[in-house]
Amino acid sequence: MRAVSLRQIGFREVGWAAGLVAALVLLVIGVPAIARSPDLFAAAIVIGVTNGAFIALIALGYTLVYGIIELINFAHGDLFMLGTFASLQTLIFLGMRSEEGIQGSPQAWLGMFLAMLVAMIFCATLNVAAERIAYRPLRRAPRLAPLISAIGVSFIFINVGLLWFGASPQRYPDLLPEIDFARTAFGEASLISFRLKDVFVIALAVPLMLGLAWIIQNTKIGKAMRAVAQDQEMSLQMGIDVNRVISFTFLLGGALAGAASVMYGVYNNNTDFTLGFNAGLKAFTAAVLGGIGNVTGAALGGFVLGLLAAFTTIYVGGQWENVGVFSLLVVILVFKPTGLLGEVTPER
Amino acid sequence: MSRKRDGRRSLGWLLRSNGWERRLNFAVLAVAVLLALLYPQIQSTLDFLPKLTTAIPVLVFVVLALGLNIVVGFAGLLDLGYAAFFAIGAYAVALLTSTSSTIPYFREHPVDFWVAMFVSTGVAATFGVVLGAPTLRLRGDYLAIVTLGFGEIVPLVVRNTPDWTKGTQGMNPIGVPKLPISDIQFGAITTEPWYYLILAVLALSVVLTSRLRVSRVGRAWMAIREDELAAASMGINPVTTKLWAFSLGASFSGFAGSVYASYLQVIAPEQFRFDVSIFVLSMIILGGMGNIWGVIVGGIILGSADRTLPELAGNFTRTLGTQLNLVGLRDVDVSQYRSLFFGLVLVIMMIARPEGLFPSARRKMELHAAEESEVEAEQQTLTDAQR
Repeated sequence: MRAVSLRQIGFREVGWAAGLVAALVLLVIGVPAIARSPDLFAAAIVIGVTNGAFIALIALGYTLVYGIIELINFAHGDLFMLGTFASLQTLIFLGMRSEEGIQGSPQAWLGMFLAMLVAMIFCATLNVAAERIAYRPLRRAPRLAPLISAIGVSFIFINVGLLWFGASPQRYPDLLPEIDFARTAFGEASLISFRLKDVFVIALAVPLMLGLAWIIQNTKIGKAMRAVAQDQEMSLQMGIDVNRVISFTFLLGGALAGAASVMYGVYNNNTDFTLGFNAGLKAFTAAVLGGIGNVTGAALGGFVLGLLAAFTTIYVGGQWENVGVFSLLVVILVFKPTGLLGEVTPER
Repeated sequence: MSRKRDGRRSLGWLLRSNGWERRLNFAVLAVAVLLALLYPQIQSTLDFLPKLTTAIPVLVFVVLALGLNIVVGFAGLLDLGYAAFFAIGAYAVALLTSTSSTIPYFREHPVDFWVAMFVSTGVAATFGVVLGAPTLRLRGDYLAIVTLGFGEIVPLVVRNTPDWTKGTQGMNPIGVPKLPISDIQFGAITTEPWYYLILAVLALSVVLTSRLRVSRVGRAWMAIREDELAAASMGINPVTTKLWAFSLGASFSGFAGSVYASYLQVIAPEQFRFDVSIFVLSMIILGGMGNIWGVIVGGIILGSADRTLPELAGNFTRTLGTQLNLVGLRDVDVSQYRSLFFGLVLVIMMIARPEGLFPSARRKMELHAAEESEVEAEQQTLTDAQR
């Protein structure tokens, strides 16, 4: 019925695909761009990798759910948006609406830790609840029915966000100390900026992804997830509680979105209720780029997409960023719907 | 028994069904047509009814819903970027007829509205083919995302190319229709001619879609929707058949877009966002995918609710807030939450009644196939597993 979707990590293929993508990027835009301004190129890479980390974390949520029940969880980007709101609310509750006086202090670190914890629990709970209410009753329905339901959930989430903090963009406190490694090394005039923020994002994202990979490969529930992804009916007959496994998958995806939301807030220092649509589409594109249903692919796709978005913004213009992302999505789906690391599934 | 047959659900039932049923159907239709024709007079006496300035956009959206019904209801393809074709139709008519068109030739010689209307319908259909040809081989949910991407790219491109489309500033003015015989003016103040024009457009759309539904290609759409593999083995080419649905659906959208642009006199990229596509989708899901009359009723219900409910609810919360002295409730701007309504409609309908309020019998059968009996469902999944 279904091909293996959540498959084990194949490092050789990752290396191969990453190498191919890197070579292409270098050839097409890299060489002339580096020749013109090596600093600008390096700056684009830093921005791209950091943004790629958020995108990858959100993309994992899409790919996990798709791997298990073949549903494009349309509301996932908006779940991420609500995560930024939940963490901001936590910080406000802790009296950290603004970073003044506490920037970089142990207090601020503790605040961020609590905000992340709350956001992860909040998003995980909300995602599980959405599955329970809006997707589970439709598991036997034609496959477009849960997708339409997910679009509805997405609109509901957007309105919850609007109700929560209103329509105007909200400032997110800048809690991390202002340290810029690149500018300390190359002087203030340097175009490259490699801040503690970038380190923070990458240092959090990578362990989270590895942790997810570990859960899928080494734990009992991870094994159950892989079994359900392969064949739901057979897993049921082998005594796996399929509903629980599906709920757990939504929980994992939600928790990752919650973690990503705090990283996004601390990095960009703003949030608003329309954030989810763009974030969701970028992440979905990343998941498709990596081969939807493939966990390693989603992580790789996130970084590739982050780089693509950064290069489009810097070399073409910010207003074309989304056009670039969508065009990439259409091109992949048309020419290589299995993505970079995806496997051949029937009826695609 | 005869009502169960889906073949009766087009205009054909008027002639084919017999006895009291036929008379009843005819009476309902006649009353509906009469009400629609006399609505301006009825509204002027009963002024609690929505004004014509509300009714006209609602009817435009009903035409859109009829077009999307071809794609989603008949052919079973989920199109989430339908507003893009609406935008393409509107911008095509603006470029052809506006005295401030960005194309110098048309600025000097604006094209007659009626000609421009058909040209923009054709342009939208062409875009439908251009988007559909490479993407219709994709599976349903992937197709949905590609169309969503297209729906997002079109307004972005419009905004980013001000030399062609005047960007966020929008295009204005847009040519208005002129009638050759009578001297009725399609102006800004007189809304009645516009109402009748759009009613005529709607009537034409109903006739066209109901004829299409029972045509060769229409039956092929339904065959593909139910079982693509079986249809293909019976000699139906899935890609060309879907392409027909896609481009015909797009042409309805372009058609509605051209009339709407002319009525509004100003168009800007913000009018064609993703929300519009979802709004139209909610209409057909509420009414009943695949059933023309259901879609019309769903469109009228949701369209009028969208235009009148925010005001009513706003008045309600304001009065309640003032009475109870709750500042938060009094100052809440209910119209901000319009899209919540579509979201709820989509989720609730999918869970409770996926076939819509007025289902097409055939669609209902498909959507409930799995629930028919547990045994059958088990067998179904077993055969699926073997595939």
